[in-house]
Amino acid sequence: MWSLVLPAILGGLTTGAIYALVALGLTLIYGVLHIINFAHGSLLMLALYGVYFLYAILGIDPYLALLIVVPVFFVLGYVLQRGVISVFSLGKEQNVLLVTLALAIIIDNLALYFWTSDTRTISLPYAYTMVEIGPAFIPLPRVIAFVAALVAAVILWLIMSRTRLGKAIRAVAIEKRGAELVGIDVDHTYAMCFGIGTACVAAAACLLLPTFYVTPQVGYAFVLVAFTTVVLGGMGSFMGALVSGLLLGVIEALCGLFLGESLGQIGIFLAFILILLFRPSGLFGRRAA
Amino acid sequence: MLSVSNVTKRFGGLVAVSDASLKVDQGRIVALIGPNGAGKTTLFAIIGGFVTPDSGRIQFEGRDITGMPPHAICRLGLTRTFQIVQPFAGLTVRENIAIGAHLRHRGRAEALERAAIVGEQVGMGPLLDQPAQSLTVAGRKRLELARALATEAKLLLLDEVMAGLIPSEITEIVATIRKIRDSGVTILLIEHVMQAVMSLSEEAYVLNQGRMIAHGTPAQLVADPTVIEAYLGHGAAERLKQESDNA
Amino acid sequence: MKTTSFGEWVLYGGICAYLLTLLVMPSQLWLGFTINALIVAILSVAWNLLGGFGGQMSFGHAALFGTGAYVTAMLQVRWGINPWLAAVAAIVAATAVAGFIAALSFRYGLRGSYFALVTLAFAEVLRILASSFEISGGGQGILVPYKAGLANFQFADRSTTYALVLFLVVVAMLITLAVQRSRFGAYLIAIRENEEAAKALGIDTFRTKVLAMMLSGAIGGAAGVAYLQTYLFIDAPIAFGSTMSIEALLGPIIGGAGTVWGPLVGTLIIHGLGETAKHLVSGAPGLNLVLYGVVLMVILRYLPDGIVGLARRIGPRRAAPTAMPEDR
Ligand SMILES: Nc1ncnc2c1ncn2[C@@H]1O[C@H](COP(=O)(O)OP(=O)(O)O)[C@@H](O)[C@H]1O
Ligand SMILES: [Mg+2]
Repeated sequence: MWSLVLPAILGGLTTGAIYALVALGLTLIYGVLHIINFAHGSLLMLALYGVYFLYAILGIDPYLALLIVVPVFFVLGYVLQRGVISVFSLGKEQNVLLVTLALAIIIDNLALYFWTSDTRTISLPYAYTMVEIGPAFIPLPRVIAFVAALVAAVILWLIMSRTRLGKAIRAVAIEKRGAELVGIDVDHTYAMCFGIGTACVAAAACLLLPTFYVTPQVGYAFVLVAFTTVVLGGMGSFMGALVSGLLLGVIEALCGLFLGESLGQIGIFLAFILILLFRPSGLFGRRAA
Repeated sequence: MLSVSNVTKRFGGLVAVSDASLKVDQGRIVALIGPNGAGKTTLFAIIGGFVTPDSGRIQFEGRDITGMPPHAICRLGLTRTFQIVQPFAGLTVRENIAIGAHLRHRGRAEALERAAIVGEQVGMGPLLDQPAQSLTVAGRKRLELARALATEAKLLLLDEVMAGLIPSEITEIVATIRKIRDSGVTILLIEHVMQAVMSLSEEAYVLNQGRMIAHGTPAQLVADPTVIEAYLGHGAAERLKQESDNA
Repeated sequence: MKTTSFGEWVLYGGICAYLLTLLVMPSQLWLGFTINALIVAILSVAWNLLGGFGGQMSFGHAALFGTGAYVTAMLQVRWGINPWLAAVAAIVAATAVAGFIAALSFRYGLRGSYFALVTLAFAEVLRILASSFEISGGGQGILVPYKAGLANFQFADRSTTYALVLFLVVVAMLITLAVQRSRFGAYLIAIRENEEAAKALGIDTFRTKVLAMMLSGAIGGAAGVAYLQTYLFIDAPIAFGSTMSIEALLGPIIGGAGTVWGPLVGTLIIHGLGETAKHLVSGAPGLNLVLYGVVLMVILRYLPDGIVGLARRIGPRRAAPTAMPEDR
């Protein structure tokens, strides 16, 4: 029994680290600022293609690609929020939902048009270097991703709690008008938030691709999982998102183990529904007012 | 008609309403006064079923309504207005009032007809086809009143319907409220404009920091220097005297 | 009471003319496209009741559509139940699913993005369930044997199918019209505009929203039935996938949310655009969807009341801007 469950849990934790990485960006965007970004998965997909082509064409290692993809996606996120989302939504919350949905449709289908629905992977020499952890062997890139998720959560937490920008973000999240009155550039702050969130997605892509694949639809699978992670983590808590990402990875792995592979993800969505209904402030969040 | 007994409500560590009681008899205009943050709006929210009290009981016409949902309380004939006006922004004044009228009138045409009548009653006749969005502050306050009135309530809870109005508008709305009372509706109102309280109500309660600290006729309360100095701020006694002389 | 502007006459007149022409002069080319658009339009009308009038935006209306389609298919194929009976059962089932989702969500006060996400999650759960079990055809889906005949709810002749689907659209729109002119509709609009105020005025907002969702479920289920009986095939990605959920809301938002004609207008226009794009750039899968996305963004930015809202502003319109809350 344990010989099956323990590796499943470890495997789940590494998948969960990826969920956490993807969700960390969304934590900032949705959790803190309540911008519901349906295009989050599509941006992940774009970043995955970016990493893929950097490797396939220029031979740049995915981990080195971090240095290129992350800043590029930061700018992309900033511009998307400031130049597209806020412009087209006219600042209304329910329109933001629809604008980002439209963006997701556009990005996904353009990708389908340009890059076809082929599944693409890269093969790195070290992709299958195994690390022995207790009873299980985990691919090295997964271990790296796990550590990176921890590091990313800490960095984001530091940005939020120690920098001026973090203060501005928190002020804007609590009281937009008030923040404006004390001289915070609200539009800029929103866009910075979106930029950082998008940069996180790009980082996730670099860490994910060595053991994963990319297709134009790949983002969709992550969207709902990412939202689940954010809500479960308490809307805006990075540590919460980290823990809940790991938890969801384990839930999925265990559901897959006991109910069969195809039903694995159902555990995530059921968890999501239950959380939304009974504890919308998340497992780790303060009670919602 | 309405009796609030020993109601307490905490928000986290803050005690917004503490062991407060009051009584409203049929056919009267009763005022609830007190400084900002005293817990008046919270008490209204509790009576209206929007907030559940931690302890205490609310009775309306001899019936325990504590914990009932707002719509059920409204159906019994108790309607509140909001201090921060809550118009149906995309609808016209007539349509706004008609939503209230629908409570007792199922048909669309009938409700719209009732809405026009109620609109006239509160002096919004010429504004009936304006979008609610385009109304001035005074207009929006009036709309709150009209919508609540359209539910044909027996008891109206009016939360600062005069705040932000200019004196001539206040005079008008005071007359309107008196007319409403004369048509048989009992009124409990929160008010900051002392002139209005003095001229409208026969009876007032004073709430401070969640506690009910005084009850009497406005004249008695005005004459009670401790109440005034302690709860309406320094210098208030003088101001009130002037206002009541003018009224 | 409400008057119809010149622009609206032209818009609705044009659509009616097109749909009626197709009824009397069937063209295989146009029929195929229009039947598909009309089935989506039924689902859009369903979405519009709750999303357009009630302001509760579902991102998972595929759950209702898919339930309708799957229940009809499973009852016929697995248990040999008469398709008409199966259709009725499917509509009941979709209504029940809608009621369940709504009761749970609204009991716990979900709104805005939370409601959107929870509906999406329900649709995903159903998608995974449908593709995981033998009885629902697993990953292959369900194929209904072709046996044309009235008793089988299948028609050899496409124009009969078309007439049936058109009839369903008309019924769904008439239901919308009835809602719009009723107290129930006024209550839904009140909830959309300001839920707190609605409660204060005696509206049981929970009950109103659940009923709207159930009505939406019945109509959405009917759309699923129509889909199945037209194409005689269903699988989990079609039934419960995000595409259908997105299509459900595109029509009303592009056409004009909270209006009677909006869902039909929006659906026909985007499907028309998509079809045109497909012909212009052949062999480009998904390019029509790109166009949908662009149109959606442009509408949100420049025409918040959708195409119907635009039509209303065109041309003279006799006074009396009173009456129906639809005129927002
Ligand atoms: N929902 C709430 N959550 C937390 N605190 C609240 C809430 N509503 C009111 N309060 C607090 O309760 C106190 C009383 O507020 P309120 O009833 O609005 O006073 P008043 O209407 O007399 O000005 C205030 O300190 C206010 O900040
Ligand atoms: Mg107040």
